[in-house]
Amino acid sequence: MLKCSVGLLALSSLFLSGAAMAQDKIKVGVTATLEGTYTVLGEDGIRGHQTALNVLGKKIGDKELEFIIASTDATPDSAVRAVRKLIEQDKVQILLSPLSGDEGIAVKNFAKTHPELTFINAASGAQETTYVDPAPNFFRFNMDGAQWQVGLGKYAYDEKKYRKIATVGEDYSFIYTQVFGLALEFCGAGGQITNRQWVPLGTKDFASVIAALPDDVDAIYLGLGGADAVNFLNQYQQAGGKAHLMGGSIMIDQTILSSKGNAKNALIGTLAASGQADTWEDKGWQKFVKDYQDAFPPNKRFPSPSLLATNYYGSTMALILALRQVNGDLSDNQSKFKAALAKLEIDAPNGKIKLDGNRQAIGTNFVTEVVDDGKGALFSKVVKVIPNVNQTLGYDPAVFAKIGLPSRTVPECKKY
Amino acid sequence: MSVTHDARVQVHRPAATAPRPAVRGWPEFNNPAAWIVAIILLIMPAIANGFFLIEIFATTLILGTIALSLMFLAGYGGMVSLMQLTIAGFAAYMVAVFGTSDNANISLGWPWWLAVPMALALATAFGTLGGALAVRTEGIYTIMITLAIGAAFYYFTNQNWAIFNGHTGINNVATPHFWGVNWRWDIPFYYVVLAVAALCYFAVDYISRAPFGLALQGVRDNPRRMAALGFNVNAHRVAAYAIASFIAGLAGVLQVWNYRQISPGSVSVGACIDILIIAIVGGITRPIGPYIGALVFVLLRTFALDFLVKIGLDGNRFRLLIGLGFLAIVFWSSDGVIGLWQRWRASQRRETNRPGGGRGHG
Repeated sequence: MLKCSVGLLALSSLFLSGAAMAQDKIKVGVTATLEGTYTVLGEDGIRGHQTALNVLGKKIGDKELEFIIASTDATPDSAVRAVRKLIEQDKVQILLSPLSGDEGIAVKNFAKTHPELTFINAASGAQETTYVDPAPNFFRFNMDGAQWQVGLGKYAYDEKKYRKIATVGEDYSFIYTQVFGLALEFCGAGGQITNRQWVPLGTKDFASVIAALPDDVDAIYLGLGGADAVNFLNQYQQAGGKAHLMGGSIMIDQTILSSKGNAKNALIGTLAASGQADTWEDKGWQKFVKDYQDAFPPNKRFPSPSLLATNYYGSTMALILALRQVNGDLSDNQSKFKAALAKLEIDAPNGKIKLDGNRQAIGTNFVTEVVDDGKGALFSKVVKVIPNVNQTLGYDPAVFAKIGLPSRTVPECKKY
Repeated sequence: MSVTHDARVQVHRPAATAPRPAVRGWPEFNNPAAWIVAIILLIMPAIANGFFLIEIFATTLILGTIALSLMFLAGYGGMVSLMQLTIAGFAAYMVAVFGTSDNANISLGWPWWLAVPMALALATAFGTLGGALAVRTEGIYTIMITLAIGAAFYYFTNQNWAIFNGHTGINNVATPHFWGVNWRWDIPFYYVVLAVAALCYFAVDYISRAPFGLALQGVRDNPRRMAALGFNVNAHRVAAYAIASFIAGLAGVLQVWNYRQISPGSVSVGACIDILIIAIVGGITRPIGPYIGALVFVLLRTFALDFLVKIGLDGNRFRLLIGLGFLAIVFWSSDGVIGLWQRWRASQRRETNRPGGGRGHG
């Protein structure tokens, strides 16, 4: 009898502890591009995520956050596979995913098949993700590629007096969105885009692209990222290219500016726009840079956090703050948590961020210029700060809808 | 045109089978291991949860079926085709294009029972055409032509927006619902995949013993002699491509239903080579090989990262672990896991027959 009750007690305590364990942990799945062309971007994204955990801690009331990281390679299939693994095998309740544009579109569509879970976009920036048929459980605390280009076209036209430009970009949704943002403003101001070249993601040989660059333009806009950008710059310099350059948000970024070799020096003086600027004076930004630098030894990080680190920091921050607001309550299909996220306003390192009705970030944008700090390290210096940039870029939603979705040829180069 | 091309196809000639009357029957029926595997596969949903059921076992069966089509060509026809995944991907794209998806401007919205036969017919035609190009070459040149077709298709899908929707691919592809069942639910889907894989497996096993399969193996071993005997060598090879394409196409349909989306990453050159790795690692001498290879591949791909992190190493190096795993298998057994198993069985037998007999020469 005694034996039996002891056994029962042991058994029940086992069950109880099991239940208690389940209560104590909130599982969060994270994906990053730890393979392929965007590997460096993914790695720095994870550093930003870690920095946020160092600063904010993993405790939500009496519960603890547990993070499980999965790797992707910037293709939509790899993202869906990784997210499915996290949900089905690791049983995560919340996702911090994904990093890259087309991954975002695929994960948003996938999110609809799991309406009970919550997806917080980690860093992806295609417009379509939150603009077309958004998923009610998908939240994006970073701006999209077009928002990140706000200010660039106007500044290039008014201050730099560029009139004609050509673009070279990777052939996928995020860069379309970036060129979309650039073209609306630059062409709206009266400029011309004479030539748009698109190269597949992961291109190694840019010889034909460089040969086809027109000579009669004031500047060339580069919408490349990761290994593609470094390859282009090396070959561009070998080919003796001398044109003025303009850059997209992942082109003029620490992932490229702190790459090895001399090729990056071609970027000094390049005009760019992004959701952050390395040398911004703001206190919150400076603190973030310091936290990032303190968290990792100098050879294991960039001199200053990249846009991806900032985005992962912001999304992790939103996750933790919203969870704290509801005290880790994920009952009723996480409805309280989702409501808290939708209303949340975060003081991200790169300015205040709040969400619109499509759960898309409204935030601050920066026009920058690349400078040498005198010791051989390159940074982006702020030349203009634009607050409150929304997804329709200040256009009336009806007018904006008429422009069409970003693609190789949309928008046309004209004033809308 | 050489003599080879003038010969007539005489697939059903009784003479083809006559010299080999003692062709093995259905050996698996007498093999208890095969029965155990079959029963485990049938009751799998009772053992495995959603993740293991779909992400591991269904994915293994799908990839295994694609690799089976390569095994059929390489093992029985002596033709290593790197475009089998491309054919599967083509079928997957066609399901998305003819069926229903989020990209309403591309998808035609046909019901699945029209879209799938259409996709299979087009994929078979595509593979047969590719095969017709490739059969004019041998060995390394076949590999190069089929790899070129695979690479061309990948870059085409990546840059074509009118049909393939470029790098974004086609999302939210509809899956079949009928008889009140959503066939993409984990358990029904698993059984669909299992049924298709079993069908393909037994079909290949049957064909390998049918007159056509025997003639194909004859073509593999000595095409000149087969031509002299009156077989149309190229026609046999093209027919083999057609069969393999149909099998790969079936797997492609399952693949698009599995992920509900298809994009160029799924048909990349790397993925084409993965199929070759799966077939080689499993062993291309018997139809079961590709499935074993696929299981090894899927397990390594899914768990290498977790495994490295668990033993306290840098998770970023997980590709290295995958590579080392494959290297080890191929190093110790040039005919894959099947070869390891067969050698182990042989050594067991040898040991019982001749106690004290030496091990293999290693």
